[in-house]
Amino acid sequence: MAVAYLPTSAPAERHSLVSRLLEDERWLALALFLPTVVILGLFIAYPFVEGVLLAVTDAKVGVPGHFVGLNNFAKLWNDSIFRTAVWNTFWYTGVTTVFKLALGLWLALLLNRHFKGKAITRAFVLLPFIIPTVLSTFAWKWMFDPTFSVINWTLYRLGLIHGRINWLSDPDLAMISVIIVNIWRGVPFYAISLLAGLQTINPELQEAAAIDGARPWQRFWHVTWPLLLPVTMVVVLFSVIQTFADFQLVYVLTGGGPANATHLFATYAYQVGIGAGLLSEGAAISLAMFPALLIVVVIQLLYIRRVETH
Amino acid sequence: MARLDRRSFIKLSGCGAITAGMGGMAGILASGRAPAHAQVTTLHWLRWNDFVPASDQLLRREIAAECEKALGVKLNVETINANDIQARVTSAIQSGSGPDIVCVLNNWAQLYGESLVDVSNIADEIGKAQGGFYETSKAVANDGKKWIALPWSIVGLQIAYRKSWFAEIGYTDGKFPQTWQEYRDAGKKLKAKNRPIGQTLGHTFGDAPAFAYPYLWSWGGKEVEADGKTVVLNSPATVESVKFMVAFWKDAHDEGGLAWDDSNNNRAFLSGTCCATLNGASIYIEALRKPESYMTETGAQMKDDILHAPLPQGQGGQFSYHVPFSNMLMSYSKNRDVGTKFLRWIHSREVFDKWFVSQKGFSVGPTTEWEKHKLWNDDPIMLPYKQAARTGRFAGYEGPSTRKAAEVVTKYIIIDMYAKAVQGMSAEEAVKWAHNELVKIYGA
Repeated sequence: MAVAYLPTSAPAERHSLVSRLLEDERWLALALFLPTVVILGLFIAYPFVEGVLLAVTDAKVGVPGHFVGLNNFAKLWNDSIFRTAVWNTFWYTGVTTVFKLALGLWLALLLNRHFKGKAITRAFVLLPFIIPTVLSTFAWKWMFDPTFSVINWTLYRLGLIHGRINWLSDPDLAMISVIIVNIWRGVPFYAISLLAGLQTINPELQEAAAIDGARPWQRFWHVTWPLLLPVTMVVVLFSVIQTFADFQLVYVLTGGGPANATHLFATYAYQVGIGAGLLSEGAAISLAMFPALLIVVVIQLLYIRRVETH
Repeated sequence: MARLDRRSFIKLSGCGAITAGMGGMAGILASGRAPAHAQVTTLHWLRWNDFVPASDQLLRREIAAECEKALGVKLNVETINANDIQARVTSAIQSGSGPDIVCVLNNWAQLYGESLVDVSNIADEIGKAQGGFYETSKAVANDGKKWIALPWSIVGLQIAYRKSWFAEIGYTDGKFPQTWQEYRDAGKKLKAKNRPIGQTLGHTFGDAPAFAYPYLWSWGGKEVEADGKTVVLNSPATVESVKFMVAFWKDAHDEGGLAWDDSNNNRAFLSGTCCATLNGASIYIEALRKPESYMTETGAQMKDDILHAPLPQGQGGQFSYHVPFSNMLMSYSKNRDVGTKFLRWIHSREVFDKWFVSQKGFSVGPTTEWEKHKLWNDDPIMLPYKQAARTGRFAGYEGPSTRKAAEVVTKYIIIDMYAKAVQGMSAEEAVKWAHNELVKIYGA
């Protein structure tokens, strides 16, 4: 009988050991935490560390390179295209965020009302966000085409312009075009997220304020907006991170041109690192956006925490 | 017919399968060779989306089938946008996997020298057998010691122009402006009629460098001295060329050209919105291919109103830059031996001839022998391309076309010098900016 017990007793003991360990909260927390750590380590930390290591070498495509300290960053300091890319990135992120927030909030407030065909309207509003960016940006590229722009054609037919508008050939207009497309694409994300936030606000609060004589604007400013603020901050945080590191939209629409006028951090890093094969310099450009992004994230997270604790 | 019940069927088919399996395995083990279907090596060849689509079809169908027959190699031809090839090469080299052979443009091969197989043996054979490589072919595919890629072809670039429109302003009998000043004057007259010159100064692989570099040379400007190190771009000649370009652009060009890629000018020309553009022969070939689709404003076929001419001359001479293509055999490839055999085969006169004919003159061969091909007797309109490759200089002039010269091309510095000035920067500032960028590269 003792022999018969042996094979089953070992797993049982192991089983009980695992159970005992998992009953301990510290071990359970570790077990639950481990998959996240592995995933973050593999897909976030490892590429990040590799990027840092690459940025302090003179590696080129196919050539491992040697340690050069901060040489690549010193080069960037004297690089006028990099300075343009830095300015563009901040400008692009700032302008688009303001417009996306304003338009998104406006749309969310409209969609929060009751009207016929509400469900289908909400679904349509999401379309720009659902369509793959590359695909929709190609459509915009055709609309801004130097020769065959449908926008120009329409404006011309309406008698609003007499010559051609060079949307993507003029540096300022090219930047405006890129900003327009980003806003078009980003507004649905704001609208739907803020709509979700609006729907969590108890309507009784609005009713109470109305009974107290608050006008619509006062109700929005003193009731809706404070309650919507935490959601808004999270939405803005995500959007700023995405916009700051945007690549595909600019790459497809202008390729960073004309004459590098619309480069962002990511597109310039791509041109230098992947196009010209200067991997270390490309990594340094990518890494240069990290401190700015970190500051934005920390400030916003601190703000969110403050709002929540109040 | 005897009835076969389910149990018997399973028994029989199971025995059959086991027997076949045992026999097959035993046979394979006895022969010591993998079964025939496993022996076929697949060779992955990455190329651009050819502006002559018939050539891509030829490679995928006829040439691939012949390759399998002749070499036992299954050829996988992948084509992508030329502007995306460099990204693919970089990621392939860094990850150590990807296409076995990549056909690159310009002097890009110089950027990847350390990651390529030495193909000097084949290059020497082909060069000797086919009349010797053009200087351009050698400049881009040889690093000074060895052949790092095998020159495949050269796309000749000439100005395609509307015969009737130039005749209207005095260039009758197919004549074309000979100097930049004449070209500017002609362009000004035509732009006044909404028929501007179409030219890209954008970040694109072919038409942009093929215009900006020879334009610079024709004014007497150059990147570096013959030592390949001393940057001499900032010279009175270069400043003069930039000043002229600003006025030339405003007077005579379609100002949307700053954002054009290599296909925009084809579309603009074929739709009748520009009078002339520097291009490979793809505009003319497309007009020939679909004569009913492309018409002039008078209802005539566009193909009969197209002529070709070289870029005009300046005070420093008359130059051209033709876009060379070369095949790189990647050193990470597990099929290097097969790749070598394939390159020898595809570059051989008999096989290459089929592809060359399919190009209808859009590409010239990498060696001088292809100038003698009977194809050039077919269409006099294509004759300016026949010996175009003989006159070409290449990026990095007056030095060799090294990795650094390739970096300048890839970063579009010479093109941006002109584009910045056209956008409003002073000529002196634009040249100074480009000079400093070149110093950073050549001085590193």
